[in-house]
Amino acid sequence: MLPINETMGQYSELFMLLAAGTYTVAFIAFAWDLAKSSKALRAVDLKAAAAAGASAPAAVKVPVGAGVGTGGAVDRTDVDRADSDVSGPAGRAERPSSSTSRASSGAAAGAGQTADAGMRYAAERRVPARVAVALTVLGAVIHGAGVVTRALGAGRVPWGNMYEFLTTGAFVAVAVFLLVLIRRDLRFLGTFVIGLAIIMLVAASVAYWTPVGHLVPALQSYWLIIHVSIAVLSSALFTLTFAMSALQLVQAHRQKAIAAGGADKLGFMRLVPSALSLENLSYRINAIAFVGWTFTLMFGAIWAEKAWGRFWGWDTKEVWTFVIWVVYAGYLHARATRGWTGTRAAWLSIVGYLCVVFNFTIVNQFFNGLHSYSGL
Amino acid sequence: MSERVNDKNKPAPADKAAENYAENTAGKSGADKNAATPVAKAKAEAALPALGLKGMLRWAWTQLTSMRTALFLLLLLAVAAVPGSLFPQRPANPSIVTQYIADNPDYGKILDSLQLYDVYSSAWFSAIYILLFISLIGCVVPRAIAHYKAMRSQPPRTPARLSRLPEYGTLVIPADAGIPASRAIADAAAKLKKRGYRVEVRDDDGARPSLGAERGFLKEVGNLVFHTSLIGVLVSVAAGGLFGYSGQRILVEGDTFVNTLVGYDQFTPGTNFQSSQLQPYSIQLDKFQITFDRESKGKFGQPIDFKADVTTRETPDAPAEQQVLKVNDPVSLGGTSIYLTGNGYAPVVTIRDGAGNVAMQGPVVAKLQGDNYYSSVVIKVPDAKPDQLGFAGFFLPTAFVTEEGVSFSGDPELINPQLTLNSYFGDLGLDAGSPQNVFELDVKKLTPLNARNLDAGGITLAPGSTYTLPDGKGSISFDGVKRYIGVDIHHNPGQLYALIFALLAVAGLVTSLYVNRRRVWVRTGTHPDGRTMVEYGLLARGEDHRLAAEAETIRGLLTDEWGLDSQNDDSQKVPSGQADNGRADHGAAGTGHSEASDAAPTEDFIQSTAGSSESKKDQ
Repeated sequence: MLPINETMGQYSELFMLLAAGTYTVAFIAFAWDLAKSSKALRAVDLKAAAAAGASAPAAVKVPVGAGVGTGGAVDRTDVDRADSDVSGPAGRAERPSSSTSRASSGAAAGAGQTADAGMRYAAERRVPARVAVALTVLGAVIHGAGVVTRALGAGRVPWGNMYEFLTTGAFVAVAVFLLVLIRRDLRFLGTFVIGLAIIMLVAASVAYWTPVGHLVPALQSYWLIIHVSIAVLSSALFTLTFAMSALQLVQAHRQKAIAAGGADKLGFMRLVPSALSLENLSYRINAIAFVGWTFTLMFGAIWAEKAWGRFWGWDTKEVWTFVIWVVYAGYLHARATRGWTGTRAAWLSIVGYLCVVFNFTIVNQFFNGLHSYSGL
Repeated sequence: MSERVNDKNKPAPADKAAENYAENTAGKSGADKNAATPVAKAKAEAALPALGLKGMLRWAWTQLTSMRTALFLLLLLAVAAVPGSLFPQRPANPSIVTQYIADNPDYGKILDSLQLYDVYSSAWFSAIYILLFISLIGCVVPRAIAHYKAMRSQPPRTPARLSRLPEYGTLVIPADAGIPASRAIADAAAKLKKRGYRVEVRDDDGARPSLGAERGFLKEVGNLVFHTSLIGVLVSVAAGGLFGYSGQRILVEGDTFVNTLVGYDQFTPGTNFQSSQLQPYSIQLDKFQITFDRESKGKFGQPIDFKADVTTRETPDAPAEQQVLKVNDPVSLGGTSIYLTGNGYAPVVTIRDGAGNVAMQGPVVAKLQGDNYYSSVVIKVPDAKPDQLGFAGFFLPTAFVTEEGVSFSGDPELINPQLTLNSYFGDLGLDAGSPQNVFELDVKKLTPLNARNLDAGGITLAPGSTYTLPDGKGSISFDGVKRYIGVDIHHNPGQLYALIFALLAVAGLVTSLYVNRRRVWVRTGTHPDGRTMVEYGLLARGEDHRLAAEAETIRGLLTDEWGLDSQNDDSQKVPSGQADNGRADHGAAGTGHSEASDAAPTEDFIQSTAGSSESKKDQ
């Protein structure tokens, strides 16, 4: 067992505070980006509408979402594709193609209402968003230093109590977000992810502060490294999909309203891709996270067998891990069930994430069980 | 076959729609734009025949095995599992449940009658998961049969309009290349075969030879393996419950446990347990060491390491073996695993009765009560004469007394060990033979000898000291302190199988999520001017976001094969989705899209999707 280094622990706390500060500025930048870009996009739309002239005033309103070919099909199939099995490809909002990004680039008329369906980076520079991402990277580097110094200070992996779960979990969530940003333009999720990271860091420092210390014998196992790291990683992915599913609901509502000829009350949602593309990407991420959660469950069971003599005992934490697994299994099945795709699947994804949050906060703190390791 | 089978085979309605459409058009050779509507109408108008008993059963079975029901049961299972975390559960700790019912007299009993303290063995929870698994079996079996057939059958017919497929493209081989339509198909077939597709070439010698190809059958295999393995996990768990057993035993340093029924303090057999299953191994606790945290301020004095040195014998005649038992590091012996689950102090006492004989001598297990091994001690001396003696009190490894006179333990280690006891005499009630809790002393029928409120006062002992009881009832000596450990002994024959099935399930899950089932069709033909025209289309079954990349790859393979310039003006490389949507939008804008690129081949050969009646209709 490595000795404790309190100085490192103090450095770590300093890093955490600095990271939280940096994230706060990044959060403001992300929010600024949302406000500014939606304003800019609206101006572009207004200009286009003016150019189109009085001859086709309806034309601006009718084309819906990126990749949506047909206005008439929208109210029937786009928002909640309940009937899509009886309508041919032409009746669908988007062709069942994997190449939605290219499809949308052709559908210039709809591009103003939602962002690029493929979530690729567009040519235009969004300065506030770039500033926000740069700040997030800086914050993540400081945050990473905080996590590493915490690990050095405690002489072990930095996830042994609530303080460490929160700080390390927030770091993983931000890191996963930044990694996904390399491939996809998910900057519209920035306010959410960074906001959550700030909340987690503040909660860790205020409510769950714990000095560096050794682990209780029950936690001294290599399974701690495997089981908890996969759990944290999966939770970080679930965090992303939760945000996307929530946005999907808002966007579906907005697309429906606009398709019905209503006014666009949620201008900032222009930065967000269409409901369908959100659904597709969140499904892919959820699938990865579900595999991760399955491993969490399995490795937890193997560890439980080693530590407590039984691989499954319906301990409160086990119950909730199981509930989460079942809800996301339901989500994956819902995607294959007629009438359950779209909005309902999004709700399942949201419920699943609420269970994750509940499992992490309430169960850890208030429920008596074998997993009461809050460190308080 | 149930609806679920259909649903699962085509998870995304999107693909299903496309596929139905593709097959419809293939069959009818020519678009019937209203194909879906008359069917729906007919469905609505059809008179439903009356169901007999057989029909009812069939209907019930179809309902149960439908995807919708399975999804409902799955979500219900999640909801039903929750109460088990809200209310105390008997299997975890029966005494807390008893206490809970006593504390909540108004609704405690009602909850009990609803089996809310035994959620995971309750009738309703069992009903949900049994129905779910029946539904699962009713889904897996027909799907396995269907998939077996699919794996043995040829890829589906080539759709008439490949351009309707999600991924579509055309290639043009110049006339001077000397590659006729039939050879082009053969080349494409070879390429696809090499890529792992199962390929069938149709109409080889005809004017428009085509091929159908399919790959990714492992996806469905993975899916079936996943679901079947879940059944395996459930059966393994049930088997563990039937044939396993578990028990607890407290071992003071120097004690030996022999694996027989009498050796256990507490024993929980499985339903089919037989005592002959117990292999009479032995395990002796030689020494138990604890390391306490002396570094961190917040957790000063917390245990950070438990280490039990034990001597084990597989059988009574086997040679002794030295082993170390730690938390997270069980000892395996005789088909069981032995876990270190608890520990504490056991003060060693000698009690003499009124006659001066030793009535009891040895360690007394002190039950943990509070911080720093503040523990309760109960000593029952039924052999004391003329009166039986009883002691109840506390053991403190490092005794401190507050200004108010309250004792507490200041440290977990034996810095200032102290035994504080009250004493009683009378009938302990043990002679009647009814079992008693060794950690509790029922003082109702006993007469107090020593207590703080009596003239004699309480007994306070340090190691080595002796106290003589009043009225010549005897004496008690505190000889020293030993440590004890609590061990759990488990035998679960099902758990290895549960692990194997769980690993299989994960393998199946990953396969089903990341193997893609795809179909490719290629059709070739000869243009009047001698060029060989090639068109291809791809369709995925299920979610497949990499279908476009696959189309790209296949295109690359074909252009390399025929030495084509990928930028060939005559060839079209677009997903049909874009073609349709793009055109439709352009049409709306009234630009009048030119069909130059893809309409170049013979008009009837590659039917243009542009401005098709469906697209126009919706404008």
